[in-house]
Amino acid sequence: MSLPFILFFAFAIIAVIGALLLIIAREPIHSALSLIMVMVALAALYLLLGAPFIAAVQIIVYAGAIMVLFVFVIMLLNAGVEERTNWSKIAKFAGLPLGVFLLFELAHWLARSAIGKSIASGSEATNTAASTSALSEMLFRKYLFPFEATSILILIAILGALVLAKRDE
Amino acid sequence: MEFIAQHPILVVSLVKIVILLFLTLTTLAYLTWFERKVVAHIQSRWGPYYVGAHGLLQPLADGVKFLFKEDVTPPGADKILYILAPFLALTLAITTLALIPFGPATIYIFGHPTQLVIANVDIELLFLFAITSLGVYGVALAGWSSNSKYPLLGGLRSSAQMISYEVSMTFSVVGVLLLAGSFSFNDIIEHQRGYYHHLPFIPRWHVFPQLIGFLCYITAAIAETNRVPFDLPEAETELVAGFHTEYSSFKFAMFFMAEYANMITVSCLATILFFGGWLSPFPDSWTWTQFLPGVLLLLAGIYTAYDTVMGMRGIARLQLGVVTLLALGLGVLCLLPGVMPVVQGPFWFLAKVLAFLFFYVWTRGTLPRFRYDQLMSFGWKLLLPVSLLNLVATALCIVFPLLVNRG
Repeated sequence: MSLPFILFFAFAIIAVIGALLLIIAREPIHSALSLIMVMVALAALYLLLGAPFIAAVQIIVYAGAIMVLFVFVIMLLNAGVEERTNWSKIAKFAGLPLGVFLLFELAHWLARSAIGKSIASGSEATNTAASTSALSEMLFRKYLFPFEATSILILIAILGALVLAKRDE
Repeated sequence: MEFIAQHPILVVSLVKIVILLFLTLTTLAYLTWFERKVVAHIQSRWGPYYVGAHGLLQPLADGVKFLFKEDVTPPGADKILYILAPFLALTLAITTLALIPFGPATIYIFGHPTQLVIANVDIELLFLFAITSLGVYGVALAGWSSNSKYPLLGGLRSSAQMISYEVSMTFSVVGVLLLAGSFSFNDIIEHQRGYYHHLPFIPRWHVFPQLIGFLCYITAAIAETNRVPFDLPEAETELVAGFHTEYSSFKFAMFFMAEYANMITVSCLATILFFGGWLSPFPDSWTWTQFLPGVLLLLAGIYTAYDTVMGMRGIARLQLGVVTLLALGLGVLCLLPGVMPVVQGPFWFLAKVLAFLFFYVWTRGTLPRFRYDQLMSFGWKLLLPVSLLNLVATALCIVFPLLVNRG
């Protein structure tokens, strides 16, 4: 039992519990907090994979910025307890088997893939380009065009939101 | 046992954590004493005076009082979140201290190389921002879970304020990152070593090229920690006590401690980014500055000794006598040849942090509170553009010489 192994399972279990709570919780704010739990656990998993930059950004952007806005809006609207519908028939007879089927398919193909084989054979996953400078090198030289295109896309989305919000006046 | 033997870092980290936690909690307690004393003297009062000599036992008395008070949970409160909120606030506030380097990268204690930092990651600054960005949940959840209108308003105000000022705070720091070219605290501090070429008496601290960035940072930092003049989340004239109105007993104390821990973190960050961290402001050739920590402690000890004999009577004389012995003992310890090089880094670091904490208290004693709309327009319409312009100007200053050199 190595330390990363134990930590991996600890954070993986936390992430799964958080995801389950997110769906089960009836108060919207509990759901939002469970989602934060998932995100922080995922950040810890990135850290274990040797990607500290991604881990920090994951917490700053998702848990620290986006979810704060979620919680803020929930508090502002004072959203009450959500109403439950009973399980719809489609969910019961089609959704559950489909979900289980997808899970097995994922496990099946992952075990046969290159990553799965390297894990099964005990060899360490190749740790490439984990450092922050290597990452920025990739982002701002090799993939500069997709990076800039994405940022313009986000800018357009912000402008769109502004236009929609202004329309009422 | 075998598991521990395989991972000695766990033991070392645990020892460091215990020491730092003990020191931090003591500092937090005595920071309240410091603040009350300084504000009192600014306002021509004496401050705490009766519990112990110069009120030195006041923090202890306050702690005992908090522990024994009745712990009330308001009816209709969301129990889990109501209990979780103060824990979240305090834990996150103290966790950030794990990233702060208190001394040079490697020091030798009894011949063993070690570091005066708990978590040694390469991108400490990002992790610090990651942890502080989660800090808002403690306040927001406290406001929401209390099921009461003033805390809710306080929590909402606080979330809005922290979101607004976090942006400026991050932007104001990027200038320093561009200069140092690293996220690592050690690299940033090492980049500030030495003196300016034309002005050999001014250290290369980032505060000089990044003066605007520093002013933006310290303003945003005060707002982030919800301190006067930006303490609108707990404005007592409008909101009773803001987000922690319903909290009593030790849960209230935890919010209080979290606020002070955040103050310490922000001061540490300002010291590291703009004032050279643990670097001494004097050149290395001035070897006599190595005696400063010990001599200053001895002088403090001599002063308290004078005060003990001349000013104190009865039990207070005994208490101040203990303080005197502590100061003299530490002073002699710092002058021992084996210890002297080790204490240099921590001494300068703590001295700078203390100066910032004094600045915090000073502003509290001086400035009135903002109005809420003033706070928002100041943050978004002045602080954010100025810090952005500073960032752009810094980037141009760095890129332009590179372009010229290339031809």
